[in-house]
Amino acid sequence: MILRRRVVVCQQWTELVTDYLEGALPRGLMRAIDRHLADCPHCTEYLNQMRRTIQLVGELSDEDLPDDLLDALQRAFEEHRRNT
Amino acid sequence: MIDPAAEDALVARLRAGDGLAFRELVGAYQTVLLRLADTFVPSRAVAEEVVQETWIAVIQGIDRFEGRSSLKTWIVRILMNIARTRGVRERRTVPISSLDALSGVGGPVVSIDRFVGPPGRGAWAWPPAAWAELPEDCVTSAETKSLVVKTISALPEQQRRVVMLRDVEDCSASDVCDLLGLSEVNQRVLLHRGRSTVRAALERHFGEQR
Repeated sequence: MILRRRVVVCQQWTELVTDYLEGALPRGLMRAIDRHLADCPHCTEYLNQMRRTIQLVGELSDEDLPDDLLDALQRAFEEHRRNT
Repeated sequence: MIDPAAEDALVARLRAGDGLAFRELVGAYQTVLLRLADTFVPSRAVAEEVVQETWIAVIQGIDRFEGRSSLKTWIVRILMNIARTRGVRERRTVPISSLDALSGVGGPVVSIDRFVGPPGRGAWAWPPAAWAELPEDCVTSAETKSLVVKTISALPEQQRRVVMLRDVEDCSASDVCDLLGLSEVNQRVLLHRGRSTVRAALERHFGEQR
């Protein structure tokens, strides 16, 4: 008996990449993707780009916080603690 | 951002009435709370009020925080309750069901023109160009960062919330499902679409730099 192995192609991969990164795919499909990635430098690049994107989004800098806002909130906190 | 290990110590200091600890907390979360509030209410001014109200609620409620969720999740939950109420009052549609969340979601995340072969099963005709070849300061430039902010701000609301919570705020998938009332599958769909849009924007941007 010949077992047909699942095959993933490039276009499908671009729709599966998040499920792949989230570990949300059945094992057979994960393996099929890994086989495809081993052969396809473009899809490997796509994976790298998604990872880099996630990293860049994670590094978004905070907006500058005005000191008077921080002062006011700190004061509100301290006053509340004193009164309770 | 405050890592989970540092969070316990911070909570203890807050309970002891340490004003500087509260200042640290505000410093760590003010921006992300504002950006989240932005997705519920019509203007930055209202978003600022929502965040302000959130901090007041945190001040009043910190003794009731039981540590069943992380402090971050607890604060985000307070913010979302206030923001939803305000959003409704300001008559902005706030999608509440997962079904609403996925409205407008459809179509491939990469244009079909970039593939050759049978529909849905194409191979790259115009593959992505290697980002590793770009100079590192181009990838991490202020321009790139502002593009990322701009692209996230333009995402549909639920995608924006999921990307903010997952990738900016580093919340777990299950916390995000819980906070936004989403199924795991829908949470992933929204995350996928949001991230893919940001990747595509970066690809265009880097393409212009070559």
